[in-house]
Amino acid sequence: MATLFGVPLQALSGQLLLGLINGSFYAILSLGLAVIFGLLNIINFAHGAQYMMGAFVAWMLLNYAGVGYWPALLIAPVFVGLSGVLLERVLIARLYKLDHLYGLLLTFGVALIVQGLFRNHFGASGLPYAIPAELSGGHRLPFMFLPTYRGWVVVASLAVCLATWLAIEKTKLGAYLRAATENPALVQAFGVNVPLLLTLTYGFGVALAGFAGVLAAPVLSVNPNMGADIIIVVFAVVVIGGMGSILGAIVTGFGLGVVEGLVKVFYPEGSATVIFVIMALVLLVKPAGLFGRTA
Amino acid sequence: MVDIASGSAAPARIPATGGASRDAAALHRAIFIGLAALLVVAPFALYPVFLMKVMCFALFAVAFNLLLGYGGLLSFGHAAYFGMASYAAAYAAKVWGFTPELAILLGTFVGGLLGLVFGALAIRRQGIYFSMITLALAQMAFFFCLQAPFTGGEDGIQGVPRGKLFGLIDLSDDRALYVFVAIVFLGALALVYRIIHSPFGQALKAIRDNEPRAISLGYRASQYKLAVFVLSASLAGLAGATKAFVFQLATLTDVHWSMSGEVVLMTLVGGMGTIFGPLVGALVTVTMQNYLAQFGAWVTIIQGVVFVVCVLLFRQGVVGLIAKFIRKPL
Repeated sequence: MATLFGVPLQALSGQLLLGLINGSFYAILSLGLAVIFGLLNIINFAHGAQYMMGAFVAWMLLNYAGVGYWPALLIAPVFVGLSGVLLERVLIARLYKLDHLYGLLLTFGVALIVQGLFRNHFGASGLPYAIPAELSGGHRLPFMFLPTYRGWVVVASLAVCLATWLAIEKTKLGAYLRAATENPALVQAFGVNVPLLLTLTYGFGVALAGFAGVLAAPVLSVNPNMGADIIIVVFAVVVIGGMGSILGAIVTGFGLGVVEGLVKVFYPEGSATVIFVIMALVLLVKPAGLFGRTA
Repeated sequence: MVDIASGSAAPARIPATGGASRDAAALHRAIFIGLAALLVVAPFALYPVFLMKVMCFALFAVAFNLLLGYGGLLSFGHAAYFGMASYAAAYAAKVWGFTPELAILLGTFVGGLLGLVFGALAIRRQGIYFSMITLALAQMAFFFCLQAPFTGGEDGIQGVPRGKLFGLIDLSDDRALYVFVAIVFLGALALVYRIIHSPFGQALKAIRDNEPRAISLGYRASQYKLAVFVLSASLAGLAGATKAFVFQLATLTDVHWSMSGEVVLMTLVGGMGTIFGPLVGALVTVTMQNYLAQFGAWVTIIQGVVFVVCVLLFRQGVVGLIAKFIRKPL
């Protein structure tokens, strides 16, 4: 069997793929955080909980309503996004005039509530979600075995990230969004409904988290704590990348996922902390983050 | 008590409190003495271990509030200093046979050292990034504790001997330990009061309110921030190390991010930037946990609701509201 640095190529590519999958989730989640932060100036601590909601909505759709994976991939993000719209209208909108800290504290509280409710109802152990029939099985590549679903996660995430980037950079609505990020008062003076834009942006960012949750459901088990664990890593990803650029968030997310996968092969004990260590190093060398504008 | 008396002259220099400052200092002294008296009486009515738990968490919240309320820095990773100090003290007492006071000093030192490293990194960014960095670094500390051989993994360090204070006083008696914890708690509270009302504390508040202005006046803002961060982390370490002796236990719960959230909640409920707020917040939160422990996940939900309600309607906290009502800083 072929080896690289004493590690079987099979194991190496397997971990790389897992890293890419984790990276996909990091990328989508940090993208959502960056879009929300850019316009609303709040850090959405509930992002992890909303990712978890996406997975649970998909699970509930399948087990209570018999709705399969493909419709869930659309319905769950929409549902999570709508819950985000409600949250923004009812609670977050009251905080725009206050210090940013309060947004963080409020969404932290929301995350605790959502997680607690799901844990009460479903227990703390994970629930299985089967891989859809069309994507089960895999392909034997010359150097590795590629499970189809895992390949799909990477492709779908990349597609969603690029679509988001295009929507923000190339469409009229995206132009409004970018303008309002720069100067909301001026954009409002031009007759754009900025409060509505804020609500939609939050809903969209949250829907992205829900989408990542549905993608994650068949790979990881559906678990009330899945969001809490990932959100802290995503915060580190955001600090490393800086929230100034959309492409930056995507590249950093995927990149760090791959690095994490590699560390899992060569130094397994360090895989849980490597992203935090990288964050510390980036802070020492380039405090604004790799793609960040000076904070 | 001596500390608080020497601190009473300082508030006269706070312009914001105006002519009421001398009154305020007298009021603070009265509250402090009242608190000490309450701590003498309380064990006759309440379970001493419960009271010691409240004091440890109150001290933790006071340490956290020093950073948030007076430094304006929201750390979301204070569990790291609390928990690591707890592990250090527990390990030193159990494995190396340290006496309680030495183990607690070591824990405090570990908290401060970790605060120096993490603080130096975190203050390189501001506002919301600061919170995210402290949270991420604390998560790193959590994984370290999860994997390191000396922390006992999921079991933690159990059966920490309470030992003899200075080799003389046996702390295995709950009453002796209670007196010791109460003295540590009151002493630390007096120290924090002194820090807040010192010239250092005034400069800190100036930086909190307007950092560019303080810098233009010649204050080295990052040095002040780092100093208060280390102080806060050391005191959080003191709280964690003391806690290890009260429960004879150091576990992963102490370093988990939910602990960081709890100390934020205590401070928010009691009132950020007030001297006595964190005490009230800790009392409320610990009591709530004790009574709701049987309902499992409901504790988390209720904590979440309290967070939301506090942020939306009640940003000054209990003590902040009282202070506003009586028009004196508390």
